[in-house]
Amino acid sequence: MAEPRRKMKDLRKQPGFDFMAWFCIVFLYAPIVVLIIFSFNDNRSVVRWTEFSLRWYYAAFDNEGIRNATIVSLKVAAVSTLFATTFATMAALATTRTPPFRGQMLSYAIINQPLMIPEIVTAVATLSFFSIIKQLTGVTGIGYLMLAHTVFCIPFAYMPIRARLEDMNLTLEQAAADLYATPIQVFRKVTMPLLAPGIVAGGMLAFVVSLDDVIITLMVAGPGETTLPVYILGQIRRGITPEINAVSTLLLLLSIVLVSAFFTLGSKKK
Amino acid sequence: MGAVQHSGADARLDEARRRVEADTRRRRRQLLAPTLIVIGVFGLFPLTITLIYSFLSPGVYGGVTWEFSTDAYVQFLFERDIFDDTLSFSGTYLSIYGRSIGLAFGATVGALLIGFPTAYFIASKPPSQRNFWLFLITLPFWTNLLIRTYAVLLIIRDEGIVNLSLQSIGLIDQPLTILYTDFAVFLGLIYSYLPFMVLPLYASLEKLDFRLVEAAYDLYATRFQVLRHVIVPMAKPGIVAGCILVFIPGLGAYITPELLGGGKELMIGNLIALQFGGSRNWPFGSAAALILMVVVMMSLIVYVRYAGKEGNSHG
Repeated sequence: MAEPRRKMKDLRKQPGFDFMAWFCIVFLYAPIVVLIIFSFNDNRSVVRWTEFSLRWYYAAFDNEGIRNATIVSLKVAAVSTLFATTFATMAALATTRTPPFRGQMLSYAIINQPLMIPEIVTAVATLSFFSIIKQLTGVTGIGYLMLAHTVFCIPFAYMPIRARLEDMNLTLEQAAADLYATPIQVFRKVTMPLLAPGIVAGGMLAFVVSLDDVIITLMVAGPGETTLPVYILGQIRRGITPEINAVSTLLLLLSIVLVSAFFTLGSKKK
Repeated sequence: MGAVQHSGADARLDEARRRVEADTRRRRRQLLAPTLIVIGVFGLFPLTITLIYSFLSPGVYGGVTWEFSTDAYVQFLFERDIFDDTLSFSGTYLSIYGRSIGLAFGATVGALLIGFPTAYFIASKPPSQRNFWLFLITLPFWTNLLIRTYAVLLIIRDEGIVNLSLQSIGLIDQPLTILYTDFAVFLGLIYSYLPFMVLPLYASLEKLDFRLVEAAYDLYATRFQVLRHVIVPMAKPGIVAGCILVFIPGLGAYITPELLGGGKELMIGNLIALQFGGSRNWPFGSAAALILMVVVMMSLIVYVRYAGKEGNSHG
């Protein structure tokens, strides 16, 4: 019994493949790990370790530029996540809970459009469009940035919500309808509670994607609308400072926590 | 009498069915409207603006003046002499496109060479361990690209950890200049988009029937022959998809060349961004963006053709 099993495993192996896989993981994680470790270094250096210290974190919290940029980032991410997730939920219900329709493919293409066009193209196109609107209406403000983020967050929110709806058993909804529940009751009492994890997951992805965006924000943001990544980019261009390592680590950890939560949410449903 | 009643019931049933269908259609329209309007108006429509802008004249302080002009496209290929207004061919911008295509292609090959063994390794793990490995591969994709690129910058600097370790073990005396070279951009592009390569490769390798591998060995195939004639052909859809997913964002990359190329190793993304920032020629920037779109579309067409042909040949 043990003999053929071992042979099977052996056959699957290709020389050097295991090494490449481990190399891949080290390659992906080594830079991040170095950044995180040295953000706790007392020294200014990112090479020579002297002593554990939180001084760069304190320095970052004291930095007004960083504080303001964080607030802008959170505001933009919160608003665009709210809108993107709401719209994506509605769209996902429309594409999974009604019979197939003409234009379904076109709808998918439109929803996924922000993913298919290079970000730099979207960025300059949005900038050009907004500049026309601003000229015509005279309206300025952070709303433009939130709108731009909502557009590219929708497909990210849509994916897990649609996947959840497709996995969900229709019989429960049908049973509720058979028991004389109105469509609204079915939605509130059956569909919604079952769909909730999908919506939370979609919202988290949208939030992470909004929080991480650089290129579109760089182009679209007006004065005083600097988000944290754009602020970090500006600082890196001027030179490397340990505060930036600390802020980067925090932002990195926030994404890691949210995405890990997303994955646990996804695996728990089974 | 009975027949009449029957047809009356039929008519009522039809009527009810029609009403339900109309209801469904209305609900669907209402549910889809916000998404389609927001993306249509603020995602798709701006591309038409870019097209229009590319045929206008640049404004003095950025923006455009509404005068028709093909200068943006002419400027892409020719240089206008300041004195006698004659045009002479200039390869400056073409070479930026050429360099970007070369770097993106190189990064695609590099990512394939690292990604394929990795995806195969994960697919040959027992199912219980696969999810964890996939999580490890996916996680960097969801973390901030700017910060990851910055982390690469930190370790490949002249005084970075790579150079210091090489010096301390005595392999080199002087630090190697890696940062601000094409090689750094190449490395950064692989680093940024490697997860895009591994995931589709895994998706097709996961379906690989290992009995075929066994059969090949029974027929005295060597390991390399098995790889070449059994595993790779089966993974072809994944290879094509992975290459497209690395090549396209690599082509339009902005952050990687900006940080690791130090701005002087210009790629298309930087060229476009520069036209809307420092050097302020919006029509030229719009034209450059559209030309990038055309290159992307062409690679997508190649992909669709290729994937389509694959599908046919397998029946």
